Amino acid sequence: MLRTFHKGGIHPPDTKLSAHQPIRDLPLPGSVAVLLSQHMGAPARAVVNKGDAVKTGQLIARGEGFLSSHVHSPVSGTVAKIEEVHDVSGYRRQAVYIDVLGDDWEDSIIRDGTLDKNIRSDGEEILKKIVDAGIVGLGGATFPTHVKLSVPRGKEATCIIINGVECEPYLTADHALMLEKGEEIMVGIQLLKKALHVNKAYLGIENNKQDAVEHMQRLACGFEGIEVCELQVKYPQGGEKQLVQAIIGREVPSGGLPIDVGVVVFNVGTAFAVYEALQKNKPLIERIVTVTGRHLKQPSNFRTRIGTPVSVLIDAAGGIPENTGKIISGGPMMGKALSNTEVPVVKGTSGILILPEEESARQTSQPCIRCARCLSVCPMGLEPYLLMPLSQQNLFDRLEYEHIMDCIECGSCSYICPACRPLLDYIRLGKSNVGKIIRSRKK
Amino acid sequence: MSKLLTVSPSPHIGSDQSVQELMYGVILSLVPALLVTLYVFGIGALIVVALSVFSCILFEWGIQKYLMKSEIRIRDGSAAVTGLLLAFNLPSNLPWWMVVLGALFAIGIGKMTYGGLGNNPFNPALVGRVFLLISFPVQMTSWPLPVVSRMHYLDATTGATPLGLLKEAVRNGEAVPEVMKQIPDHMQLFLGQMGGSLGEISALALIIGFIWLLYKRIITWHIPVFMVGTIFVFTGILWWLNPVRNATPVFHILTGGVLLGAIYMATDLVTSPMTRAGMILYAAGIGLITVIIRVYGAYPEGVSFAILIMNAFVPLINKYIKPRRFGEEVKHG
Repeated sequence: MLRTFHKGGIHPPDTKLSAHQPIRDLPLPGSVAVLLSQHMGAPARAVVNKGDAVKTGQLIARGEGFLSSHVHSPVSGTVAKIEEVHDVSGYRRQAVYIDVLGDDWEDSIIRDGTLDKNIRSDGEEILKKIVDAGIVGLGGATFPTHVKLSVPRGKEATCIIINGVECEPYLTADHALMLEKGEEIMVGIQLLKKALHVNKAYLGIENNKQDAVEHMQRLACGFEGIEVCELQVKYPQGGEKQLVQAIIGREVPSGGLPIDVGVVVFNVGTAFAVYEALQKNKPLIERIVTVTGRHLKQPSNFRTRIGTPVSVLIDAAGGIPENTGKIISGGPMMGKALSNTEVPVVKGTSGILILPEEESARQTSQPCIRCARCLSVCPMGLEPYLLMPLSQQNLFDRLEYEHIMDCIECGSCSYICPACRPLLDYIRLGKSNVGKIIRSRKK
Repeated sequence: MSKLLTVSPSPHIGSDQSVQELMYGVILSLVPALLVTLYVFGIGALIVVALSVFSCILFEWGIQKYLMKSEIRIRDGSAAVTGLLLAFNLPSNLPWWMVVLGALFAIGIGKMTYGGLGNNPFNPALVGRVFLLISFPVQMTSWPLPVVSRMHYLDATTGATPLGLLKEAVRNGEAVPEVMKQIPDHMQLFLGQMGGSLGEISALALIIGFIWLLYKRIITWHIPVFMVGTIFVFTGILWWLNPVRNATPVFHILTGGVLLGAIYMATDLVTSPMTRAGMILYAAGIGLITVIIRVYGAYPEGVSFAILIMNAFVPLINKYIKPRRFGEEVKHG
């Protein structure tokens, strides 16, 4: 019996259409819009002005404070303007628009594709380079990586867990990266281990990616202290708390972080970015993005420069299908529906999913029949059927008492509900209100 | 691109099991039991089933349209399920107007007064049945003889149910093993050769339906297994202590609608608890109360009452028996 997390979970159809597509370089777009806020925390402050010439890899915005991250130019050219753009959530955010001219890289960046396994830096230097390269968690939450590497006083990291689960249906970016850049990821893992002074790393991969499991297991033999764990397929195994439980069997306490049980979790994409930052001196200016959909001509995995408009990605995969009804940034379980295709790719964009019209609209919501399915699939042991009406009635104290803040917003409850009730919509709303109340109490 | 895109919060996909599918799944799983009852009780069964299902749907439609002035939801199939289950809890020679009255009570009082599907605390079909049982005890406890009265409706020859015979015998101080000789043996009971309500008679047909419900993941095994298990253990202890005064546990399980109640009535999604632990407590409670009514109470059978009594405890069970939260036991901070 393969390992997995113990509580709840669902089995949505895989639909990994682009599973064995090689990673292709996306042609450079004519212009990019680089958001100053691509990470959790304070937005970066622009250090270039309109009209400035920039090189690929040049710092264009500096992280403000500890919980923030630098932003680099993903292309060479001229800064056209610094203006607001709609981000994936529909909010207006400051972005640096750059008109692309050639592809002139910073000289310090090593651009050969050779594998460099020789680790030269010590822990402190690794941390500094990660800050300089503007690396954030590439799994989607975009938490600045250097913050994760700075273990709070009184806590101690005993191992790291690398997330190669990719439990969202459709997405294959991490899968493709593991197949093509496996050794680089391994070196990246060693670097992360060194930065945290731990000597054990686990790499979790679900067994719907058998080739990646075998490939990484083979590679792990050549590296000390890396164990590849084949995991049973179950959503949301990519959630930090679920993954920690699946691999080391410990439960992160309610309201806590993995570090409370001595673990720090990174995505495989993050490990690769760390490799590039340390061994190739390359900041985080591109990532793998899956472009997929049942009616898309050519579902693909693209190496994409940050700031590229989503429309460029879709065109490269064969253009928008006729019957498109919804375009999602991310996977179908937790991704965000886009209102237009000019939204730029950010560090956290793992995929673009195109759903046909017939799969776009929601089903009519019906009365709750108390079938308890939401309760049995909730990976956090909550009672979504109860949280939804409490949230509708603004009963915030009850919501807090029912531990609404434990919700990880995985969407399993809404997915499974036979009455198609928008459980997560109301839970999110309640969570946001209760969160505000809790924060105001601390002040 | 000029076409408008749909923008909605995640998740963007859903499972394919809908309320309708759950309801029609329950109806489909009742087909074996329906075929057995048509074979055993013939024309009477057909009249009662058709009338009950039709009246339940009609009353729900009427109440939604004229009283609640709300959306018409009869297509979700829940009224048809209530109608079918109500019929399965009635004798096949019940006068037609009582069937209609039972349906009115089940849907009107049992379900719609609370606001319709999902809001009723008590199982509507059982509310209808118990209403009829209390109002018309004579008609509700006259049972057509199996098979021989197939071509008769109101004029069917009647006899007692196995449990009725047992109660009578115990009351008169007769020894149970003697009475058992007049009662169909366990195999006949298992196949459905006995007097009783339409749906309770064939254990085999009900178990086939149960397996199908499990296979389709419409219900879980917890409630039926724990309810039947509790009855088996409790009556088993009584039988072991005094086999002259008590019937065997197998006899108890095969008669009086235990299987119909365990598989279809107690598992009603709306009126059963949410957590597995809650379900087990609820099921064990039903088993216990059933045996107490059967052995010590005035009625020969007690499944309906037991389920309704435990239905009343469901909100309490849901309040105090919560799922274990992820990370709740570990202290931190």
